[in-house]
Amino acid sequence: MSDRFISIEGIGRRFPAPGAGTTTVFEDLWLSMLRGEFLCMIGHSGCGKTTVLNILAGLDAPSSGAVIVDGQAIEGPSLDRAVIFQSHALLPWRTVIGNVGYAVSSKWRNWSAAQVASHAQKFIELVGLKGAEHKRPAELSGGMKQRVGIARALSIEPKIMLMDEPFSALDALTRGTLQDEVRRVCQETGQTVFMITHDVDEAIYLADKIVLMTNGPGAVLAEIVENPLPRERSRNEFHKHPLYYATRNHIIDFLVSRSRTFIEETRGTYDSRNVAVVRPGLPEPMIARANDPSAKSKRGQQAAAH
Amino acid sequence: MRTATLTGRAAVVSFALLFSFLLAWHLATRGSGTTQHMDPEYAKLMGATATQGKSAMPGPIDVGAKLWEHLRRPFYDNGPNDKGVGIQLAFSIARVLTGYLLAMAVAIPVGFLIGMSPLMSKALDPFIQVLKPISPLAWMPLALYTIKDSSLSAIFVIFICSLWPTMINTAFGVASVRREWLNVAKTLEVGTFRRAFTIILPAAAPTILTGMRISIGIAWLVIVAAEMLVGGTGIGYFVWNEWNNLSITNVITAILMIGLIGMLLDLILARLTRLVTFPE
Repeated sequence: MSDRFISIEGIGRRFPAPGAGTTTVFEDLWLSMLRGEFLCMIGHSGCGKTTVLNILAGLDAPSSGAVIVDGQAIEGPSLDRAVIFQSHALLPWRTVIGNVGYAVSSKWRNWSAAQVASHAQKFIELVGLKGAEHKRPAELSGGMKQRVGIARALSIEPKIMLMDEPFSALDALTRGTLQDEVRRVCQETGQTVFMITHDVDEAIYLADKIVLMTNGPGAVLAEIVENPLPRERSRNEFHKHPLYYATRNHIIDFLVSRSRTFIEETRGTYDSRNVAVVRPGLPEPMIARANDPSAKSKRGQQAAAH
Repeated sequence: MRTATLTGRAAVVSFALLFSFLLAWHLATRGSGTTQHMDPEYAKLMGATATQGKSAMPGPIDVGAKLWEHLRRPFYDNGPNDKGVGIQLAFSIARVLTGYLLAMAVAIPVGFLIGMSPLMSKALDPFIQVLKPISPLAWMPLALYTIKDSSLSAIFVIFICSLWPTMINTAFGVASVRREWLNVAKTLEVGTFRRAFTIILPAAAPTILTGMRISIGIAWLVIVAAEMLVGGTGIGYFVWNEWNNLSITNVITAILMIGLIGMLLDLILARLTRLVTFPE
């Protein structure tokens, strides 16, 4: 039990439906995360991903069940859990350093202004915004704004980072750079990260585990895909890894068809507390070649290990 | 001319309009020469209107001369019925500012409360809806009866009329602070007071200032009418007194002054609004 840093225990969320009755977003959701783990949640719009994140953040409360973080049930927002918002949510009347400093002074309330500024400065430099400290959000590009959001979240040195589609509003190039930086920073600081995304490649590049949700309402957590790629991966190389396409295809297949039919197919056998853990293996031709003794390679060993 | 800026060209048009207006005014009110031959002593008695065909309406030159006279000696005091226009304006401005500041001290906190609490918003709504459309002057008899002081009654009327636009705008601004900014405060465990001053106030400030700008405009409109009723001092009283003196020149001069001060008050609030407005 001690290795479970975050434990989501049978949470459900229901809203009163217009008219009579209730709409169930999801029900009986179980999920646990280890310390330092990077988890991505993928699912179609309306499956309740953001609701799960809001519950983890303490901004929303589950209708049933509980979430336990580091041995304590979540009862509201906490400085231990930092949120990076999709819309960056910077305060437009404050400068970059003012925005980061606001978070810093919220965490360490008796710090002097100089202490706050130097701590904020450290994180602004970490996300590569040195020189833009005194600009207001309106003067920054979308990518720079999101960097400020990341710096703000990191500056309070949280135990967990919660990211709600942090890069979805950015252009492809900026997104790539920011993914690299988030990856670097999270590895350096050993952050535990829960991230929502729509981007399959982003999930494969960043995550240790990818959680697949079925379509809502009444969504369930279908499976947990363990990322077979090595922890050390680079943007230039990760899509050339032999297991990349197997993983990608598995997730895409799920999103395209199985997310709709999963509940029907597994009726009676589905156990919300023991969701299937999938580790995509080598695609068929690769396995065939791996079994060929003449081509016995590192890849083959991996497949065998699997 | 072709390279002139828009402001420059607008200024040219403005001056042209002003000049043609003054010219038309001058031509319409000037004398048409001797209309009737009469005994000079009798003519003096009859005045220029009857003898020279001059309009009873003063021309721009008369008003200009009067204006100059007032501007040269704005603060003289020859007793209750003859004070400089500067003194009268100072009385009016003092009343407006007192009533206005008192109103702000009530409207902004109450607006905050309404904006932050859906319960208070619903509970206070019927009162505001009924009180808001009441003409501020309708309160005057009640104020005179209870306060028993005409000057304080005028301040009360200013207070009551400046209250509503600021209160309603504050409530609206506070209620429509972006959810994500409030969520930022929540995730940072910011307390209610700090949240009110560091998130809600700066976010709602432009809307609040817009309400304050509407309020000062209304207050300045109402003070003239209020002072006509209560009498004694103030620019409203001055206008009415000069009407009783049949000094149309003074009335026009006062109207011009009222317009200029009103513009100045609005300009100050517009500046303040720009100070707190943030680009998104």
